[in-house]
Amino acid sequence: MIAYIIRRLLYAIPILIGVNLITFALFFFVNSPDDMARIHLGVKRVTPEAIAKWKADRGYDKPLVYNTDAPGLAKATDTIFYRHSLKLFVLDFGRSDEGRDIYYDITNRMWPSLAIALPTFLVGILVYVTFALLLAFFRGSYLDAGGVVVCVVLMSISTLFYVIGGQYLVSKLLHLVPISGYDDSGWLAFKFLTLPVAVGVVSAIGANTRLYRTFFLEEIGKDYVRTARAKGLSEARVLFRHVLQNAMIPILTGVVVVIPLLFIGSLIMESFFGIPGLGSYTIDAIHSQDFAIVRAMVFLGSVLYIVGLILTDLSYTLVDPRVRLE
Amino acid sequence: MKYGVRARQFLAVVLVVTAVPAMAAWNNPYPAADTGKNILYSAFRERPKHLDPARAYSSNEYEFIAQIYEPPFQYHYLKRPYTLVPLTATAVPEPKFLDRQGKPLPRNAPASAIAYSVYEIRIRPGIRYQPHPAFAHDDKSEYRYHALTERDLAGRYTVADFPHTDTRELIAADYVYQIKRLAHPRLHSPVQSVMNDYIVGLRDYAKTLKQAHDKVAGGREEGVFLDLRNYPLAGAQEVDRYTYRVTIHGKYPQLLYWMAMPFFAPMPWEADRFFSQPGMAAKNLTLDWYPVGTGAYMLMENNPNRRMVLERNPNYHDERYPAEGEAGDVEKGLLRDAGEPLPFVDKVVFSLEKESIPYWAKFLQGYYDRSGVLAESFDQAIKFTGSGDTDVSDEMKEKGIRLLTSIAPSTYYMGFNMLDPVVGGYTERARKLRQAVSIAVDYEEQISIFRNGRGIPAQGILPPGIFGYEEGCAGVNPYIYDCVNGQLRRKPIEAARKLLAEAGYPNGVDEKSGKPLLLYFDTPAIGPEEKAQLDWTRKQFAKLNIQLVVRATDYNRFQEKMRKGDAQIFIWGWNADYPDPENFLFLLYGPNARVGHDGENTANYQNTEFDRLFERVKNMDNGPERLFLIRQAMAIARRDAPWLWGVHPKQFLLEHVWVANAKPHNMANNTLKYLRVDPALRAGQREAWNRPVAWPFVVVAVLLVGGVVPAFIAWRRREKKGATE
Amino acid sequence: MPIQPVFLWTDVLIYVLLAAAVGFGLYASRHEHLRTPWRQVARRPMAMAAAVVLAAYVGTGLLDSIHFRERLPDQTQYSAEVQSVLDRLLHPLRARVETTYSAPFAATAYAKETVEHPDGRRTREYPRLRYGGAHLVDAAGATRDIALRVVTASATALLAWAALTAMFVLAWREKGQAFPLAVRRLARGDSPVPWRTVLVTVGVLILLVANAGHLSLYYHVLGTDQVGQDVLLKSLKSVRTGLVIGTLTTLVMLPFAVLFGLMAGYFRGWVDDVIQYTYTTLSSIPGVLLIAAAILSLQVYMANHPESFDNVVARADTRLLFLCVILGVTSWTSLCRLLRGEALKLREADYVQAAQALGASHGWVLARHLFPNVMHVVLITVVLDFSGLVLAEAVLSYVGVGVDPSMDSWGNMINSARLEMAREPMVWWSLAAAFLFMFALVLAANMFADAVRDAFDPRLRK
Repeated sequence: MIAYIIRRLLYAIPILIGVNLITFALFFFVNSPDDMARIHLGVKRVTPEAIAKWKADRGYDKPLVYNTDAPGLAKATDTIFYRHSLKLFVLDFGRSDEGRDIYYDITNRMWPSLAIALPTFLVGILVYVTFALLLAFFRGSYLDAGGVVVCVVLMSISTLFYVIGGQYLVSKLLHLVPISGYDDSGWLAFKFLTLPVAVGVVSAIGANTRLYRTFFLEEIGKDYVRTARAKGLSEARVLFRHVLQNAMIPILTGVVVVIPLLFIGSLIMESFFGIPGLGSYTIDAIHSQDFAIVRAMVFLGSVLYIVGLILTDLSYTLVDPRVRLE
Repeated sequence: MKYGVRARQFLAVVLVVTAVPAMAAWNNPYPAADTGKNILYSAFRERPKHLDPARAYSSNEYEFIAQIYEPPFQYHYLKRPYTLVPLTATAVPEPKFLDRQGKPLPRNAPASAIAYSVYEIRIRPGIRYQPHPAFAHDDKSEYRYHALTERDLAGRYTVADFPHTDTRELIAADYVYQIKRLAHPRLHSPVQSVMNDYIVGLRDYAKTLKQAHDKVAGGREEGVFLDLRNYPLAGAQEVDRYTYRVTIHGKYPQLLYWMAMPFFAPMPWEADRFFSQPGMAAKNLTLDWYPVGTGAYMLMENNPNRRMVLERNPNYHDERYPAEGEAGDVEKGLLRDAGEPLPFVDKVVFSLEKESIPYWAKFLQGYYDRSGVLAESFDQAIKFTGSGDTDVSDEMKEKGIRLLTSIAPSTYYMGFNMLDPVVGGYTERARKLRQAVSIAVDYEEQISIFRNGRGIPAQGILPPGIFGYEEGCAGVNPYIYDCVNGQLRRKPIEAARKLLAEAGYPNGVDEKSGKPLLLYFDTPAIGPEEKAQLDWTRKQFAKLNIQLVVRATDYNRFQEKMRKGDAQIFIWGWNADYPDPENFLFLLYGPNARVGHDGENTANYQNTEFDRLFERVKNMDNGPERLFLIRQAMAIARRDAPWLWGVHPKQFLLEHVWVANAKPHNMANNTLKYLRVDPALRAGQREAWNRPVAWPFVVVAVLLVGGVVPAFIAWRRREKKGATE
Repeated sequence: MPIQPVFLWTDVLIYVLLAAAVGFGLYASRHEHLRTPWRQVARRPMAMAAAVVLAAYVGTGLLDSIHFRERLPDQTQYSAEVQSVLDRLLHPLRARVETTYSAPFAATAYAKETVEHPDGRRTREYPRLRYGGAHLVDAAGATRDIALRVVTASATALLAWAALTAMFVLAWREKGQAFPLAVRRLARGDSPVPWRTVLVTVGVLILLVANAGHLSLYYHVLGTDQVGQDVLLKSLKSVRTGLVIGTLTTLVMLPFAVLFGLMAGYFRGWVDDVIQYTYTTLSSIPGVLLIAAAILSLQVYMANHPESFDNVVARADTRLLFLCVILGVTSWTSLCRLLRGEALKLREADYVQAAQALGASHGWVLARHLFPNVMHVVLITVVLDFSGLVLAEAVLSYVGVGVDPSMDSWGNMINSARLEMAREPMVWWSLAAAFLFMFALVLAANMFADAVRDAFDPRLRK
């Protein structure tokens, strides 16, 4: 098992290098270091000397990937790519182009992201499973049929409508919670997080309830369930004891991959609700073309995604001992 | 039985939920403990990038540091036109003029004879800095935090993590230190290039510092302290403990305005030393992030992702609310606090608010004390009184909200690139095309649709409040407007069509080639929000049968097009640095062109006569002669029409009834110290406006349960039946 | 010629897609194993109702995909403006532009304006609209007028529908069956294909179109936006954008996903490694970021080559196509992975082994044996992805990397509506219109996709 994990991690390295190269190519195709300097120095009274200085300070005056002027090995190392992109592998994110330490910012902004993503995730699973179970329980009745239609209707509505509608109704008309903002202390944090979490959960309710319902129905159709029922177990017992337990396997293994990504947060929720997390960090960086941050976030996202994949594989072995990792 | 208990529990929960309104507002975004405190609540939209006074140059940065750093002069809070008064200085000095040999010249000497102007500034003794660890001494009266090691820094992430603080008296040398910092090789001060032309020796000084810095740094990237006290600068010298002297080339009366900006605020060397230690920058402990000043406030919490908090500086010097203002200020209650010591508010909380909807909603709920008026909510907020003036709507008035208006010393214009082969150039053909377009683009309509009347159509480059601006028919642009009964009327579209035909494009078709005229509008507006604006602009050109192609690119690409002169028609704006016509006229000065000189003349307008007039007007004192020359220059520019003169925006500021002493000031930024709030009134209003309404949720819950219960009953019946069978 | 046809990139691809769809239909109708599931789809009333709605959308989209330039009057030149057939049909709506917002069915403007009276007095009042309700003498009579017009339009629509139904029955009834009997059979729903549902849906659509069409000649049925354009027009113009994003995205990514997926599963070894590496790398980059960077670089390209994009429509179209491509790049990986798994299974199948043993070339095996057997996976993915892509467009526009701002799209409408919600009185109609049009399309697509999946998924087909 440990050997497997190590092998998977080693396999991740070429993938991360690939990710790095793609980000690098895309970003520098889009804007030259000159452009970056201009964005950061502002509009008023910017001179070419100031731009040259800005670039030199941040090492952006080097060639992109191959330095013909440098001697020997430095041909490859005295370049923007080497100096800025390869350090990421030792989690040295460096400074943002504004001069702030990215690692420090990420560790700071991770928590608000998590504070909204984790409850959304947990409450979400709880709600979806409950509703799916309810529908499966009443399968074939008007409740089930109506429920499925409602699900399809709900999943046909854009997330943006949920956010706009939620803010308008709950905050503006009903005065129930602050319309946006964030705080990390106790009761106030609860007030701020309620709405985004609720909107996050509700916006995915249609698709997930429907999906989980099919898992349950698939399980209900299996032979052992029929046997259990034949033995005289009540429907509720069958459902809760057997079906729920077994249907949780595809549900859980399906969501394991996103768990590490919870750290990254949600771009839309964070920017609508003014949550100072990593999602809004990324959006701001895209808008202000801060390459250092974008690169760090892409790298982090890829690492977490790969971790998620490994976790998924591991979770399969945990729930089903027949699966062997090679 | 079991169900009965549950139902009772449920009822109890419902009762609790609906009874909570008695407990105060649920949607209060601030800690409940702060209710009733003397705090001013405000918001910021964009995180400030720089808080170093040598680097900060945008209004969202000044909003903070102007409260903290104190340059020698400030603008009088109430008087108009804008007047400079001393802040830390004892007086606003008159310059002494010297000729090339250093001999004094009389005050009325011609500008050409003046080689140097010398400003001697005397500051008030006894002013002290805010408490700061950089000033702290240990038992051996050494600086406690000036030689920190990596280990000392472990676990310290903000300035608040250094427990010992102290203060020091403000001295003239601190001002000199800051002027020297403008040339610091690592700081990239945005005014360095401007000041190079004026402050004696600054250009060479930058080179000296560069060499010195490289030597001290020895290859290190960070943690380099360059003690500027060891490097003298001819143009900025300390005379005695409380006096310093600034020497500039030639005559430049506008320098005093510059010296009212944070670029010329004092910087204690201890702070520079403190933040230049190795390992500090890696923790974002920099002067760019933690200001150290003598101002009324100091930055206590610095989290630009969430909140910035200013608190009253306990060492603030004695400053009093002004005792005189302009006419009408007494009636508005602006002099009620005359002579009272400043500041009034203990704490100012700025929350990050990027989106306009929450911003406006929170203002209406009473959680922000003041707000600009958004175009979107205009009709809710503003109504027009019979006389054409504006006032807040009845709904707002009921809430006690007040409206403050002022015309900003800024201009938003649509420019033609004068280097462009079609719209540019100085031929009669191009000039008439530009004039035709200028008539067709109906800025009155633009102001009414997109600004809801918040602005006045510009007749020229100078906005109201700047010397040289003339109201009514005296200041009319005769190429675009007619003056009818003392009112300005945009010329009819037929006049534009006629001009277009004279230019050789009858009905929008090029006579020579027979092709329809296609013009290009370059814009960095790529978001959907700007779509309406772009559609409107296209409609304006369509009036003349000209098809306008919008070339939208990202911001960088747009800047590059401007720099290379590849743009054709574009929108640009300018905010005054200081209230002097020179700061606007230079936007059309030839040697200041964007292409080739990287200047602010974005239209790349070149007219030798205009340039000659500008050079004369530039250094003149305000008076009839200056006005005469400005009129001449304006007439030339209006005829050439390098710009559609666009609009001077009017700023509307709303404030709640519990805020007092607010008067819009478009030049000064250090105005928070004059404001006063009534926290008790605010607490009451907030509660009254934010009664939570919870019943819809109860209804939804009941409906949900109600939907499940019948199904459950049916299922139980089936189950029972199954069991009995 | 009075007009000059213009072929935009997306137009051409839409034609290709249309041809492919028709070709596939013909192919499927000749093969029993493909005909059966489709017949199953056709028997579900919900699916058929959804199909009718989808057909209406597709029709609108196709009308908007035939572009041309008009010849300028009294000149040899063609106008620089590119129009579509839909633009032409909706010309009355396009011409009726107000100055700014107006509510649905309003006869007066939404906000007060300063009106200068001849005597120099200035007042703030609600001015009458230039077009909306302009035929009314008194704005207060609008309700009565609207009611009358609704009655007229509905009656006409019902008549038209009755005629259509009658024609259908005549064609549909069994030979020699009496007309009333056939009608009764239809009304009872006594037919394998739920024609009753289809006809009712068609009836509802006709009713809606007739009312909207008639009323919009006199009013702005869905109001106007900030610059006074009719919101109904904008919503209809957005149909094409939504459809293009939903369909072309899958079309452009399909060849790659199918080819690479099958190759990886079939050849295994280093081919598999390379392909797996490529898609893992691509899929581990956060999608929004990849899209943002790609859209920004397109803008760079367009800025550097202004001569190739000399009109608004061509620029917007290029960006739309590029958005489809890049969305395709971010979404092809999952299909590729699915197909690889299928191919891994299929290569062990007897008939594949047999073909290999008989010396068939790899290309032949891939094309004849593997590809037809994964068609259902492809079809299901395409249909299921459609609604997700339409929704994604809105979100991307919010982040600022969606379609061109000059292009009508629901995403752009929602985005500007965000700010309009803060107005007072609230401007709700743009948002509501975008919501309704988008919702109807996505709902129909979802329901249709469900039916297709149920019919084609062998796991569910038992």
